[in-house]
Amino acid sequence: MNASSDVSLELTDIAVHYGAVRALDGVSLGVSQGEAVAVMGPNGAGKSTVLKAIMGLAPVVAGEVHWRGRRLEAETHEIVKEGICFVPQGRRVFTHLSIEENLEMGCLYLADEVEKRRRLESVVELFPILHGKRRDMASQMSGGQQQMLAIGRGLMGNPDLLLLDEPTLGLAPIVVGEVFEKVREISDRLETTILIVEHNIKGVLEIVDRGYVLDKGRIVHEGTPDSIRETNILTDVFLGRVNPEQYEGEIGQL
Amino acid sequence: MSQLSESIRGLGASGPLRRMPRANVERIATVVVLGWAMGFMLWQGAGFTITLTTIFAIWAILAVSLNLVVGFTGLLSVGHIGFFGIGAYTMAILASDASYDQLRTESIPTPDWPFFAALPICIALAGLVALGVGIVFNRFRDDIFVLVSFGFAIIAFSFFLNLRELTRGAFGIHEIPRPAFGSWALDGEVEFLVFALICLALVVLICWLIVTSSFGRVLTAIREDEEAIAVFGYRVTHFKLAVWVLSAMMAGLAGALLASWTSFIDPNSFILLESMLLIAIVILGGLATIWGSLLGAMAFVLLEEGMRFLPFLPPEFVGQARQVVLGVLLVVLMLFRPQGLVGRYRL
Repeated sequence: MNASSDVSLELTDIAVHYGAVRALDGVSLGVSQGEAVAVMGPNGAGKSTVLKAIMGLAPVVAGEVHWRGRRLEAETHEIVKEGICFVPQGRRVFTHLSIEENLEMGCLYLADEVEKRRRLESVVELFPILHGKRRDMASQMSGGQQQMLAIGRGLMGNPDLLLLDEPTLGLAPIVVGEVFEKVREISDRLETTILIVEHNIKGVLEIVDRGYVLDKGRIVHEGTPDSIRETNILTDVFLGRVNPEQYEGEIGQL
Repeated sequence: MSQLSESIRGLGASGPLRRMPRANVERIATVVVLGWAMGFMLWQGAGFTITLTTIFAIWAILAVSLNLVVGFTGLLSVGHIGFFGIGAYTMAILASDASYDQLRTESIPTPDWPFFAALPICIALAGLVALGVGIVFNRFRDDIFVLVSFGFAIIAFSFFLNLRELTRGAFGIHEIPRPAFGSWALDGEVEFLVFALICLALVVLICWLIVTSSFGRVLTAIREDEEAIAVFGYRVTHFKLAVWVLSAMMAGLAGALLASWTSFIDPNSFILLESMLLIAIVILGGLATIWGSLLGAMAFVLLEEGMRFLPFLPPEFVGQARQVVLGVLLVVLMLFRPQGLVGRYRL
């Protein structure tokens, strides 16, 4: 993808190697301001590694990440201050802290108590399920509630870009829909740019503007939800019928 | 045999004691340990009570400070005894009586400082060493961290034993003075006890302020999930280093108190076994709880000193028997109450 003024996040030829394993191999993608973009693919395709590479949590051996036209080279804790928030896979809420304390973790570095309180109220308004349970320990919540808490904690940092890693993983089907609805609401209401890694293809294609299909560490398709549904690319990658090499030229033109 | 193992499983980690509400266990443990202490003191009289309470105060400072690192932050350090030793030796070297004939075989520099002039140096030096060591240790986690802290305890002991120009090696250092305010020296046991308890109260207050602050919440989060907290903009290494240094400074204070109270120290007070006993106290009382560390230290001191009075135990076996009993107690505790008397977490 060529750099353009409306592209907020741009990854160019990113390669991540864990020893001999090439988790990402020349991945390039872009997300525009206010867009919701999905990264999809089978297990081991490197989806989560894309997000970790952005956050400085993966060993990037080649390529560049640009955020609002500036190269991101900082350490993880500094990247957060650039307005990027990562909600990791598996919820990872702090079970020995209360719901309110968990939320505060999202912006504990903020000295302005009034602003902190305002953000807290705004998150609780977005997730009414957290209302009235603020003093409860996070360990007492269900998986779905914990996921809402994890996303809410991410929003406490008032991010411009929200990176969501498998937010519906391990959740009951009825809760999955609620999580997707909330993600769409965040995108529409707060105009937060979202890059979401998801295995629930059907669900995620309902809420995103565009999607990338990743296989064996390479992007093999990019397009709108409709264009992705029209092709058999997802069936092919999940059944292992794709040779990423054959897509290189095609992706380069997108 | 199978019936026996079945019963142990029934009573053990998933048994009734484990499932009992935390508040109930806390109350029972508190009543038992405090009752035990009261009974023991009434039996032994004021003199021994003062000694016992002074020992308790010193061990409690160590336990509370170690719990900051082990319990609240989740860094299992077995090197805390090294900082305790640094505090003790710094006090001994700076404050020991210059006029005392140091057995002539090994003389060391004796600046002959007053206790209160030496005390800040003891605390600062322990903190400074912790800072240097911590910068390196921050790279490690989990079992590797245990190993490197183990290495630190061994290195510290080797210094105490072999740096004879400063520590007098195995001869130890004598005539370490008690604290004094001008001409008023805290020579009496009661005065020293009050001073030690004030120090303990200060340490408890500082620890309480730490763990109830936002800094303390970050420590809890680090304990639970270091990577998750890092993605919210926290420099985890800085937090770990800060709590490590603070904890070491408190251990340095405890060391200075020990040196002054006993007026003599040698490397045997800072062997690895002491570090293990200290870890045992923290686990016994409970991880991530200040009250637990105080209870654990009290139970340990009562157990350790109380065994002197067992009629069937010859005096020469008391030392070894104490370690055996403490070891057995820990095994039993891990079976029935793995989170310790009033703890929040399992190790």
